[in-house]
Order: sequence, then structure tokens, then C-alpha cells
Amino acid sequence: MRIFDPHIHMTSRTTDDYEAMYAAGVRAVVEPAFWLGQPRTSPESFYDYFDGLLGWEPYRAAQFGIQHFCTIALNPKEANDPRCVPVLDELDRYLAKDRVVAVGEIGYDSMTPQEDEALARQLQLAIEHELPALVHTPHRDKATGTRSTLDVVRESGIAPELVVLDHLNELTVGMVLDSGCWAGFSIYPKTKMSEDRMVEILKEHGTERVLVNSAADWGRSDPLKTRKTADAMLAAGFDEDDVDKVLWRNPVAFYGQSGRLELDEPKPDEEATFQGNSIRRGGA
Amino acid sequence: MAAVMTASHSTPADPRPALAALLDPTARTWLDESAAKVAADPAAVRRLFPAVRRRCGHGRLTDYWTVDEAARAVLLTALPLRDQALADEITRLHRHGDPAEQRAVLRTLPLLDLGDLALPLVRESLRGNDTTLIEAALGPYAAAHLPHAEYRQAVLKCVFCEIPLDRVTGLDSRADRELARMLADFAHERIVAGRDVPHDILPVVRAFPDVIGAELKHALTDVLTDVLKEEG
Repeated sequence: MRIFDPHIHMTSRTTDDYEAMYAAGVRAVVEPAFWLGQPRTSPESFYDYFDGLLGWEPYRAAQFGIQHFCTIALNPKEANDPRCVPVLDELDRYLAKDRVVAVGEIGYDSMTPQEDEALARQLQLAIEHELPALVHTPHRDKATGTRSTLDVVRESGIAPELVVLDHLNELTVGMVLDSGCWAGFSIYPKTKMSEDRMVEILKEHGTERVLVNSAADWGRSDPLKTRKTADAMLAAGFDEDDVDKVLWRNPVAFYGQSGRLELDEPKPDEEATFQGNSIRRGGA
Repeated sequence: MAAVMTASHSTPADPRPALAALLDPTARTWLDESAAKVAADPAAVRRLFPAVRRRCGHGRLTDYWTVDEAARAVLLTALPLRDQALADEITRLHRHGDPAEQRAVLRTLPLLDLGDLALPLVRESLRGNDTTLIEAALGPYAAAHLPHAEYRQAVLKCVFCEIPLDRVTGLDSRADRELARMLADFAHERIVAGRDVPHDILPVVRAFPDVIGAELKHALTDVLTDVLKEEG
């Protein structure tokens, strides 16, 4: 089984996670730029973070047999901090990079005017750089927030097939698929979405334009939720081709729209452990 | 017996003829036009430099250059800037560059007339842990400009990071007794710990036999004997 996790924050994960992910079939990931728990207080912290997403993290991932790509943006929460907003002026440089396959995570957190401004501006950057957009939907007041997000996406003029709305649930999936955008689901141990609920959503809405991710980060989360969802699909009667579509071909099709997803197709006979799996620690 | 093998100390060849022969017409036109834009307006490099790899490709061109590094070198050498202004633009490209862009900047340094102004970029790369950047930093520019103490530390770091020393420029002229001592002490540490000693440090150590202490001599003799056997 080959798995592409379209949304996972590997910066927060250990080398044990990389090994377990490889063993579970994960061969490619996209790491969206997001907040880090601890608030940032200056644009320079963002640039170092972006550099990590483009430099150290893909280097680390490669040593475990996993291809790492990223999305770049000012996230909605920190778009509310005037000390962080100047990041928007430097995004042009970063959105031009080879391994950047979308603008994201953008979207709403608390539905403020500052978030409106950052979302609209970054959707324009996506259009200018011919990139897809990864849009986070708010955890609080989700249905209303998702509706507003769809309005802003429509007003921006970006093609809906270039947009994924993420962290959806039973109440928001319908309006997103109807809009022509992609529907993203984050499978979490307790919150957001479980693998069994995900299977029910796939039964009802089908496998077209659906992305399933672990969104694993520094909070309570599980980088193997993609594999667990695949197993739940098989147990519920989906076949291997359905699983391959949802967990490999769909993310490849979505991020492939960037023209920058330079992906090595995994070989089916690869062993479950990657040979070069000890990270170089460098100058000790 | 092998001499101290090392990459050439000299300035790398101008990559333009090899590039012109290899690039397809679309890529060649893009690169020519981009170089002209950069020559007319240096700020244009900020958007063109990151796009090079997608436009021109990234295979190997020569022993020294990959295609993307060479094409990026063409843009950097087209900058109509000098001295501090050139150093500032190059430094910003490196500061906001992904690893492929940073490698291109580092490999182009010997083609730019920067004196010591680019040493901070070399130092930053040497502090990091990405071996591809460390290797790119230790080219002809570092061999010509890095102070002795830093050059020795850099060589030792390569040994720790398992970067083969034949990829480090300037070792033939810059290896000195102090570096040999550091490498001999490193070998001693490894032998005591029961770990392997990388063979490529031995030519430097052997060039300064007095750095080998009595207790190391015995252990090293075993290692050397093995190496000589392997070398036939």
C-alpha cells in the first residue's frame, strides 16, 4: 500500500514517527506552514521556519525514504498579530520555490477582519504563482466559517479545483463538494474526525475530490491515521483501488496542479524498512 | 602509496559553453533572456533565481556543476553589481534560498569578485548539518579565503559527517601539522571506542608522522596495515 499524507506537520515529529510511517506505507508528505503552539513575535521567525520546511525537514525525511513537500503562508491565527503581518510582503520569494506545492494553510480562525484581509490577499498570491490553495476551516463555529470561506474563495476568482477546504466534518462536506472545491479530512484520535466516521462519509459522498490526512503535529495526534483509515476502508468493503485513489492518486492529482510535485513513484516491492534510516547527526 | 587526493584548487570552468551545448532551445532562450533581465535590473534575480531548476533542469553537467547550479551561476555572474552591493544581493539570495539555491550560491562564489565578503555564507553552511551544503561550502572560495583554524575545523567536521575528503578543495596545500594532529587525536578516540577510522584521513596524518603518539602508533599501524593490504 502506498500512502501520501497531504497534511502533516513533520517538524513536530520524531525519527521514530518517520520509521513507523515508512513501515505503514507512507512515501510522500506535504507539510503545510502553520502555527507552532508558541506564538511567533516577528517575521524573521517565520522565515527560519519556512527555511526549515524547505531545507532541514525534506533532508530529514529523505533519510527515511519519505518525499517531503510543503505549503507556505501566513496562518490565520497569526494573521491577527500586527507584528507578524509583514510576512505577507516576503511570501513572493518563498512561493517561487521548487518544493512549494500550494499556498497554505490560509483561512479563518476567529473570523476577524485581519483574517479576511490575509485570506483574500493570499488567494491572490495563489493565482499569481499558479499554485493550489490549502484552506483551513475554523474549529469553532465551523459550518458558518466554512460558508464564509467558500464565499471568499468564490470572490477571489481562483478556480475551485485548485482549492481544498480542510478539517471538514459531516456538516460541512456537502457544501464544499458542491462548490467544486476539494474536501480535506483530518483524522484525529479524539477530535475533528475518526477513521470510522471517515468511512461513512466516503460511502455517502464517494472518493472523488476527497483528501484524507493525519494533520499530526505537536498536539495529541497520530501520524499513522492515514494507514488506519485505509485499513478501515478495506474492512468496510472498499477495494484496494479505492484506497489507492483516496490515499495516493487524489493528493498527487491535487498538488500535481502546482507543476512542482516532482515525485518518485514508489516501487510496489519495496521492503518495509528503509535502508538509510539513521539520521546523520552532523558535527556532534 | 596514494598522495593526498583533493579536488582542484583552481577556479571552476565557466559553465556557459557546457550549458549551451546541453540545454534545449526553450531553456536556453529562457536563461539568455533571464540573464539579460538581471543585467538590466538586478532586483529581477530575486524571482528568476528560484525558478531556474524548473526551467533548465537539474542533472549533472560537469564534475563541478549540476545543470541548475550552472544556470544559476549564469544569473549571478550577470548581476551588474560590485563589492558590498554584490555581496548584499548574494547574501539575500542565500538567506532566503532553499538548499538547491544555497548550493548554487556557494558553488558560484569563486566566479564572483567578492574578496572575504562572502565568508559569512560559508560559515553559516559549515555550522549546519546538511552535508550537501557543507560540501558545497568547502570549494575553491573557502580554500582561498577561510582562515586556518576554521579550515581545519571544517575538515574535521567533514570527517564526522562522513563527507569524503577528496571532495574538499585545497587539502593538498592547506593540510598542516595542526590538522594532522587533530585527525590523529580523532583516530585515537575512535580506536579507543572500538569504532572504525575512516581511511581518507590517513594520508594527512602520515604526511606529519611526528603527530602520532606512541600509544596511537601501535593502533594506527594495524589500521595502516589493513589499508595497505586493501590498496594492494
